Amino acid sequence: MAKYSIFSLLRNARDDHQNWPRVWRSPEPKDAYDVVIIGGGGHGLATAYYLAREHGITSVAVLEKGWLGGGNTARNTTIVRSNYLWDESAAIYDKSLKLWEGLSQELNFNVMFSQRGVLNLAHNQHDLRDLSRRINAIRLNGVDSEFLTPAEIKAFCPILNTSPKARYPILGASLQRRGGNARHDAVAWGYARAADARGVDIIQNCEVTGIRRKGRKVVGVETTRGVIKTGKVASVAAGHTSVVAAMAGLRLPIESHPLQALVSEPIKPVLDTVVMSGLVHVYVSQSDRGELIMGAGIDAHNSYAQRSGLHTIEHMMASIIELFPLVSRLRMMRQWAGVVDICPDASPIVGKTPVEGFYINGGWGTGGFKATPGSGWAFAYTIANDRPHPLNEPFALERFSSGRLIDEHGAAGVAH
Amino acid sequence: MSRQVNRRPEGGRIDRDRSLGFTFNGRRYTGFAGDTLASALLANGVMLVGRSFKFHRPRGIFSCGAEEPNAIVQLGAGARTEPNLRATQIELFEGLEAASVNCWPSVEFDAGAVSDWFSRLMPAGFYYKTFMWPARFWPQYEYVIRHAAGLGRAPAEKDPDRYEKFHVHCDVLVAGGGPAGLAAAFAAGRSGARVILADEHSEFGGALLGLGAGIGGKPAIEWVESTVGKLRGMAEVRLLPRSTVFGYYDHNDLGIAERVTDHLGPAAPPGPPRQRLWKVRAKQVVLAAGAHERPLVFADNDRPGVMLASAAQAYVNRYAVRPGERAVVVTNNDSAYQVALDLDDAGVKVAALVDLRPAPEGPLADALRDRGIDVLGGRAVVATSGGRRVDAVEVGRLNDDADRIVGGTRRINCDLVCVSGGWNPAVHLFSQSRGKLRFDAAGACFTPGDSYQAERSAGACNGAFRLADCLAQGLAAGAAAARDAGFRKGRAPAAPKAPEPEAAPLRAVWRIPLPGDRARGAKQFVDLQHDVTAADVALAAREGYAAVEHLKRYTTTGMGTDQGKTSNVNALGILGQVTGTDIAGVGATTFRPPYTPVGYGLLAGRDVDHLFDPARRTPMHAWHESVGAVFEDVGQWKRAWYYPRGAESMRAAVDRECLAVRNSVGIVDASTLGKIDVQGADALELLNRVYTNAWDTLKPGRCRYGLMLGEDGMLFDDGVTSCLGENHYHMTTTTGGAERVLAWLEQWLQTEWPRLKVYLTSVTTHWAVAAIQGPNARRLLAELCDDVDLGAFPFMSWRDGTVAGIPARIFRVSFSGELSYEINVPSSLGVALWQALMTAGARYGITPYGTEAMLVLRAEKGYVVVGHDTDGTVTPQDLGMDWIVSKKKKDFLGKRSFARSDTARPDRKHLVGLLTEDPREVVPEGSQIVEEVRPAPPMPMGGHVTSSYWSAALGRSIAMALLVNGRNRHGETVTISLPDRNVRAAVTKPVFYDPEGEKLRA
Repeated sequence: MAKYSIFSLLRNARDDHQNWPRVWRSPEPKDAYDVVIIGGGGHGLATAYYLAREHGITSVAVLEKGWLGGGNTARNTTIVRSNYLWDESAAIYDKSLKLWEGLSQELNFNVMFSQRGVLNLAHNQHDLRDLSRRINAIRLNGVDSEFLTPAEIKAFCPILNTSPKARYPILGASLQRRGGNARHDAVAWGYARAADARGVDIIQNCEVTGIRRKGRKVVGVETTRGVIKTGKVASVAAGHTSVVAAMAGLRLPIESHPLQALVSEPIKPVLDTVVMSGLVHVYVSQSDRGELIMGAGIDAHNSYAQRSGLHTIEHMMASIIELFPLVSRLRMMRQWAGVVDICPDASPIVGKTPVEGFYINGGWGTGGFKATPGSGWAFAYTIANDRPHPLNEPFALERFSSGRLIDEHGAAGVAH
Repeated sequence: MSRQVNRRPEGGRIDRDRSLGFTFNGRRYTGFAGDTLASALLANGVMLVGRSFKFHRPRGIFSCGAEEPNAIVQLGAGARTEPNLRATQIELFEGLEAASVNCWPSVEFDAGAVSDWFSRLMPAGFYYKTFMWPARFWPQYEYVIRHAAGLGRAPAEKDPDRYEKFHVHCDVLVAGGGPAGLAAAFAAGRSGARVILADEHSEFGGALLGLGAGIGGKPAIEWVESTVGKLRGMAEVRLLPRSTVFGYYDHNDLGIAERVTDHLGPAAPPGPPRQRLWKVRAKQVVLAAGAHERPLVFADNDRPGVMLASAAQAYVNRYAVRPGERAVVVTNNDSAYQVALDLDDAGVKVAALVDLRPAPEGPLADALRDRGIDVLGGRAVVATSGGRRVDAVEVGRLNDDADRIVGGTRRINCDLVCVSGGWNPAVHLFSQSRGKLRFDAAGACFTPGDSYQAERSAGACNGAFRLADCLAQGLAAGAAAARDAGFRKGRAPAAPKAPEPEAAPLRAVWRIPLPGDRARGAKQFVDLQHDVTAADVALAAREGYAAVEHLKRYTTTGMGTDQGKTSNVNALGILGQVTGTDIAGVGATTFRPPYTPVGYGLLAGRDVDHLFDPARRTPMHAWHESVGAVFEDVGQWKRAWYYPRGAESMRAAVDRECLAVRNSVGIVDASTLGKIDVQGADALELLNRVYTNAWDTLKPGRCRYGLMLGEDGMLFDDGVTSCLGENHYHMTTTTGGAERVLAWLEQWLQTEWPRLKVYLTSVTTHWAVAAIQGPNARRLLAELCDDVDLGAFPFMSWRDGTVAGIPARIFRVSFSGELSYEINVPSSLGVALWQALMTAGARYGITPYGTEAMLVLRAEKGYVVVGHDTDGTVTPQDLGMDWIVSKKKKDFLGKRSFARSDTARPDRKHLVGLLTEDPREVVPEGSQIVEEVRPAPPMPMGGHVTSSYWSAALGRSIAMALLVNGRNRHGETVTISLPDRNVRAAVTKPVFYDPEGEKLRA
């Protein structure tokens, strides 16, 4: 892998950038691999990378039905944080956050992770009580979290409407300073490049159409580019988790919904943190390009169509103007939707399944992007050792029969 | 004030009697009514209007419409300023102020232009490869990046304007009012169908406004005026000028942004909204959005003075402006020939027409030659020169494969370069509608393929570039749309004649090759706004970002505010070339709404300020206000939180209110409680299914408390339901849960239990509820009510009666543990009831109390509040409420989950009481109980404090908590970890006051 740096840029500038190598190869699928990963998004590519990096397993194919990183990796609002309520969530999301903190250097690809902080606003007594519980739990789990008063909020994020006369006045906020944003596409590309360099085959335009089993054991996958033999199939197909699982004969407790997002036209910097409000329902940050990027709740209907509409956007706009009155004259430049797989407890499924050699990583709902490195790291461990890492053990599929749910509806920041 | 040096002496669709003064970058100019800011600037000789995003290169006006990539301005100042508008779309008004964006100190001398010197270090995606060392410097790097990025500035103040929405249905929506759209609206309208014709410009006519073409033997503009006149005469046709159809969503749901007063500037009357959002549900849609001309990609094709040929034509014809003095026209197709003729007519010297095609023939070429204009075939402009404006082009000969320049180049002086690389149908709305695009090799463009929704395309957006075809397609599409919408008479009228010479095929050359001696370093721009060059596209492909979406994201082509209207197809063409596939194989990216950017304020409409989420107030709200109550938001409700007297603190007020209830009588406004009227033959069955306890034995006149669970067995809501009569119940829910419970019940009834005959009606706001609580409650009630036997009115029952002369329904239920009556009267009589109770209660010192005292009182009794002491992970058993979970009922919602191993686990978190060692210590709610105290986190947690108050009645603090295995830990001491210290507390039963309930049943 040719190292990226200011020096390599200078060197390549001399010959007009004619000699940059490919970021990843485009190999033909082989007949067999040790591990086949279904889904070439951030989580799948991270899984492949950590399989190679941490476990020395390089006979790995990542099969992507479209273009790499084109699902929810390309469609999210790029927020990274680990301020989750329950111990189990705090552990895996904070592992992820710690990996984010060194990711650009680890991958030698600038994923532009910026710890500009994540503010979660409280607007009434109920919110405050919840916020206080959350801050305490997060702090006692060893994760950073602090309370900001309205005056402190105003100082930290001046364009927020902190007037006590607002319809839902801001009474306080939690701030996770280590949270922030990253450049979503770069995460997929960086992992792809690093995994490819370690021998992983990344195969685009290769849709998995079936999973072959012998008894209770996986033996291969059928794809639009032929059959591939393997003893381990790992599904990381956000938006289609239950579709892929059905190929292995599994029915999952997952509902798929559209989740919409949009960006404004680029403007000069006005917002240097991430602001989330559950009550005035919206979350927003400003990208390095200057666009305000925002999202809100899921569309109520179930769908696999990545289609946007107007009504959710209209509510989102009313909310954003309530929080930031000065955005009213800005303009929406692009809107889109992704499909999110949501478990009943708003926590993911990461682990083994009743089908031997079939592993699932999915159901991240509206918040999978932030988990990308940690999810891939723990999932790679699970695949390599055929047993879950303690980080993802609580997120096993069995919890839906045992009832040991990890209810993170409150932390999702998005109404389900 | 400068003269309009470039204004033609006559002609154009401008009103020369209405001169308008405006300023640009602080300088004053004049234009005429009918001008855009762009045409007025050109009239005044201003070509340099902006700087590019990345390299800050000087840029001029490039187009005359929505596709403009360069002329981005900040309009206005103060609260009404608006960033990133296109000068080509701003209608001029008196007093308009605009300024260039993203340049400092001025557009002429922009310090940011130094970045152009380092442009070789900044190819596509360079930032992914650097700024990584040292890691801790990233925030500084990023600060610079962020401040370099962004275009205009957000206003610093609140938007003073108002926006409105219309929701309408129509039979046929026609998007675009050019020749095809007008024809379609006319054909549909004459069938009697309800037609909406929307066009983004100030007047209908589209491209015809800028063309000298003829229809039916007359100037085209006469056909436009006559057609618009006919449409105005049709009662069912609605014409929407200045209205952009920006989004095409599912089920033929379309959004239209109408600019109602923007073009009036400060003269806008106060009445109408600034903009209006039309949400249209159309039976049929005709897309007639026209086409955008495509630039050609050659070296330094970004200099001010380089302009789309059709734009130059529109400026001379429609706006009577000469955009230059000496032009070179460069084209790969026939359409630019007429441009050269029109420029010549307008007095612009046409130095040459350069045609990429080898041997230009035909009447248009002859006409040019007849006027002495050089027609240079088989050649291309390979580069331009100039500083802040183009001063010459270099023309070279293309080889047969168009991949090399043969021989030397020739320099032609000019200050205007009109480019035409063919036309891109505006397929944006079609693509948004989910239609699939196909590549049309003849036009070298993407055209609509199969439709997905009830929609058809007509005219240029359908790949028909000849006027006669546009008219014919428009008429046919309009008629067919009306027919499909159920109007049988929808037959297409005959199309008028619009003679045009036969067009020769275009020659698609996606990138003009550089002369051999300059193969490196020249900037051939593909995306003008984002400074993406052909070399960037090639670099992306070389590195493997060859999927169209990767190309777009890696190079940022088409991600600017113009959304790539002039750049996308060229980028795809070049990508196809360098990857050895062709553009058809490369495919196109998905078009996402909106077509052009849409205002946030417009989308929010009236849902701002107090209408953002209208506050709900109880009938007695004004009374609470009048006595100085402090309110809190509970869901959408404003509830009285406490009633301070004078300078009384919250704590003192709440203590006083609590003691009044415990010692005499208090009154609380309970109107917000959710109330659902349940009726029907299966009403009882529904209660049995949704509540955990059994309801068969509940007789009319009696009330019962119930818990509702989710399917997971976790507490969902609670409340008292009363039997009003056979098959008729009055259900109450928590205040916050009212809508949620109703929706939940409806969901079950409509999706799972459709056979149950039950009818639910929300009656929350039908009733005003005043609850009087305390030992003197009965005495007080007796004074105002003589038709209910209060002696034979036991706890958990209800009676109809008259209170203070008002017909009332009285429930003897309690949330305070005291003797209590909840008096329900019709909302309109709530204040009268309240005042009567206050008057009669004066002798008992009746005390109004708020939600805070209510919470303290219930906590003293250990009553839980759903969502306060529970969080969706708590079962009835966890709360010690096994008594209310029926063992006999065969089933109820949540029952099955009790059998799950984790739900049945004996050591789950249980509700407990906590008494702090220091009785004065009130720990904050949400504090965590740690199982092991360590000097620093992480520390294992065993639970958290759900409720915590000062109890005036007990003279100490009380708290409730959810604690691991708590039920078996009574008597133990636990540690509560606060951020700055630890607090120790004893675990107790969660009942602190009158545990036997004697007062309740008194």
